[in-house]
This record gives sequence, C-alpha cells and structure tokens, in this order.
Amino acid sequence: MYIPMNEMLKHFKQDVPTMANITHKSEQWSPYHDNSGTVLAVGIPGAVIVAGDTRLSNGYNIMSRDATKLSQLTDKCVLATAGQYADFIALRKFLQQRLQLYEFQNEVQASTETVAHLLSRELYSRRFFPYYTFNLLAGLDENNHGFVYGYDAIGSYDKMTYGVQGSGQELVVAVLDNQLKGYNKINKTIPQTREEILDIILDCFSCAAERDIHTGDNVEILIITSAGTERLIKPLRKD
Amino acid sequence: MIDFDPSSFGLAHTYQKEDKDEINTLALPSAPQVIYKTLNGPTQVNGGNKLNNFKHGTTTLGFVFKEGILLAVDSRASMGSFLSSEQVRKVIEINEYLLGTMAGGAADCQYWLAYLANHCRTYELKNGSKLSVAAASKFLQGILIGYRNSGLSMGCMIAGTDTTGQHLYYIDNDGMRLKGDIFSVGSGSTYAYGVLDNHYRYEMSLNEAVELGIRAIYHATHRDTASGGVVRVYHIHQNGWTKVHDGIDVVDLHYQFAQQKGLVGDGDEAKQRLF
Repeated sequence: MYIPMNEMLKHFKQDVPTMANITHKSEQWSPYHDNSGTVLAVGIPGAVIVAGDTRLSNGYNIMSRDATKLSQLTDKCVLATAGQYADFIALRKFLQQRLQLYEFQNEVQASTETVAHLLSRELYSRRFFPYYTFNLLAGLDENNHGFVYGYDAIGSYDKMTYGVQGSGQELVVAVLDNQLKGYNKINKTIPQTREEILDIILDCFSCAAERDIHTGDNVEILIITSAGTERLIKPLRKD
Repeated sequence: MIDFDPSSFGLAHTYQKEDKDEINTLALPSAPQVIYKTLNGPTQVNGGNKLNNFKHGTTTLGFVFKEGILLAVDSRASMGSFLSSEQVRKVIEINEYLLGTMAGGAADCQYWLAYLANHCRTYELKNGSKLSVAAASKFLQGILIGYRNSGLSMGCMIAGTDTTGQHLYYIDNDGMRLKGDIFSVGSGSTYAYGVLDNHYRYEMSLNEAVELGIRAIYHATHRDTASGGVVRVYHIHQNGWTKVHDGIDVVDLHYQFAQQKGLVGDGDEAKQRLF
C-alpha cells in the first residue's frame, strides 16, 4: 500500500520530542490562591443552619485556625464561602455595603431571594476574571422556610434545601444525600428536628476533617430563625 | 453544543494547512489564554481546574409539532467529574410566552436569558406589543456575536409563541441562530436525536409528544454520563407555556420502560440456557 511520505512523517514527528515540540510555560504570578475549607448549609421549615470550618490554609501551610467563612448579611440570610479568602472579603464588603444602601433606600431589609440575585449579578460582573469563591447563600424566605442557594464561581445559582462547598465537598455531600434525602437507604428515616440535623452536620465535619487536610480546627455554626441568630463553635481535629 | 468552526464554510478557502501547524498545536481553551502559576502548586491554565469547570454536560431537546412546541430537559450539572447538582432547572422561564433552555455554561445561560427577559419586558412597555420570538432570538444572537471568542459557552434554544404561531430557534455562543423543527443540545444530544428522529411526526398528539420527549431524554441520560437526574417537560401553545412535568426521576423511568419490555431484572435477559 502506498502511503505518501508527508502522511507517514506526521506519525513520527509527534512522537519524537524535538525542540519544536517543547513549549516552555514561563513562571508567572497568579492572582488566585485556594484557601480551602468546607462550608455547608441545610434549610428546614422555620430555620436554616449554616456551618463552616475555621481553618485557613495556603497549600500545605495553615495561616489561621480561627478565620470565619460565614458572614451574616441580613437578619435572615448568611453567606458562606469557600475558596479564596481575599475574594470572600471583597465580595462580603460589596454585599454588606450594597445591602445597607438597599435598607436606607427601601426602609426594609432585602429578602433572601433579592440577595441571591444580587450575588449572582455581582459574580457574573466578573465573568472574565472571576471571584475565586464557591458560595452558599442560606436564608429564610418570606414564609420563614429555610433554603440554600448554591453558586459556582461565576454566579449560576439554584435554590436547594441543602448545599456543600469547598475542599470537603465531595466527601460531605454524599453523606448529606444519604442522610437528608434518604438516597440509597433501605430504611428511609429522614431527620425532622433541628437537633438531629445538627448532629448530622457535626458528624459530617468530623468526617471531612478526618479525610481532608484542609478541613479542621473548629466548626462554626450559625442557626438562623425568625427569632434571631444562634452561634455555636465546636472543636475539630487540629492536625 | 455543535462543535465545528463556522469560518470554514462559505468563503472559498485556498489556504493549505502546512505540516508545521499541526506539530505545535496545543488544545487551547477558548477563554482568554492566561497562564497562572500558583505559589504552592503546578502551573495551572486560567486559574486551574476549579475555575474553568463551569457546569457543562447536559441533554436538552425541543421539537415543533401540530399542538405547539415541546421542550424536554434533564437536570444534571457536573463540574469536571463531580456532580454539583441533580436538580438544576435547565428550562428558564423568560416570560409567559417565551422559554429558553440551558446548555453549556450555566451562569452564562442564566445571566443572558435573564437579560433577554428584561429586554423583552422593556420593549413591551415601550411599544405596547410583545416581542416576537424571531426578534428575541435575534437580540440574543447579537449579544453573543459581540462576545465571540471571549469564552462564553451557551447552546440554548429559544422557544415561544407570538402572533405568527409557535417558533423554535437554536442559539449558540459562536453567534449561530437557526430556526428549526427539531433540536437537541448537549453531550447527550446524539442519543436524544436517535430516539427523536425515529418516532417524530408533525401530526403527533400532545400525549405522544410528551412521551417521545421523555423517552428521548431518558435514553440520553442512560448512555451519557454527564446527563441524568430528572426529566422536566414544558409545552408551548398559542396561549403561552405549561409545565407538563416538573421532575420525573430517570431511574424510575428506567424500571418503568424495562417492565414495559417484559424485563424482570433477574439477570437472565437474553434467556440463555447455560445448562
């Protein structure tokens, strides 16, 4: 069979690492750092529970053991963010200022749905140089039912009953699917009370701390109800 | 998303690709090419996997038939190999007479379809009449042409009803806008097309059309790893749109269809006699 020479050479040229094939990726400063950690939020009728670990890491270093990942934006909603801490601070600052302005202009605090939309717009405004943040916005809706809005880095969002973000996401979300939705359970007992769900959340963080190097130190929990906000801190593995 | 280079059509191309073009070719992402190196990790392109792993992978379909338009979508969103959600709403309700489907980047679709909704409402208030489906899809196409080569990823269908009837358009991040009778978009579209092309007739009744849409999505979710979750079905008719099904789990559909075929799940479906 006659194969043209240039056709045959194509197969050889790519295998041999000639100088032409080696492309140098020059070392360049990156504006992105992953400070990791895990956050989760669960919404139930009447309350929403938001939890986040307090470890701030940079690669293999721990920068801080008590850095909060949660930020209460209005009486009814809390922002929980995993990813780059600097972007979390910038995003939180923008939201706090914009929501304060909203309150001055409208004489009422923004509803959770409004905040969710605002956050989505702000994230998309940086579509071509994104905030390196993976957010959960947890809050009570107009009927005081707890919901969670989960975001990706550029602002696509969905209303859910529970969400997890961060380095421990894969580890924890599978447990929550099983415990809170009854997926793949033979005896589908779904927890109804706040105490049961709080137990599950603490267990999830213990599990994540065992198997994820970036999660640990303490877990900070905020429970939002129409009556107010309650804050708990529980210890986790510090290694 | 249809994956070809539109610039190779139309104009007569006499440029011969030289061999050296192929040797040094890297698979470049279409987003602005910036290489960032993290302090504690390997060189990452565009901020690394986490930032670029926007939600892709989907199956959406729409077809025109005598009773209007049927849209059926799955509900899976994957970020790389991790499923970020099984309950995504991929049909975006632009207004009471227009629907858009989402494929490609979820944030891009959500944002620009909401922008389109805003534009439609403004037009309605200023002009006293509703925007036609052709004009709405044209408006979106204009925006996407402006952002061409910037890395947006959208393969959406605009379906709606106006004074001239029900119309279905496919809009792409490359600026393509196609009017058609049958479209399927996403990683599972090939499977959906197989089922759709097999059984599609314009004279179908609504029930037949819903059944076809559900089956096509089910088959796509069955074979495509990036599609799954639940099937959502919308019907567009001259009075607007109706949500026919809000979420049928594809796993339930699997067993339902298997039962219809007489498969009992004892592992011996081929009925091979081994002894």
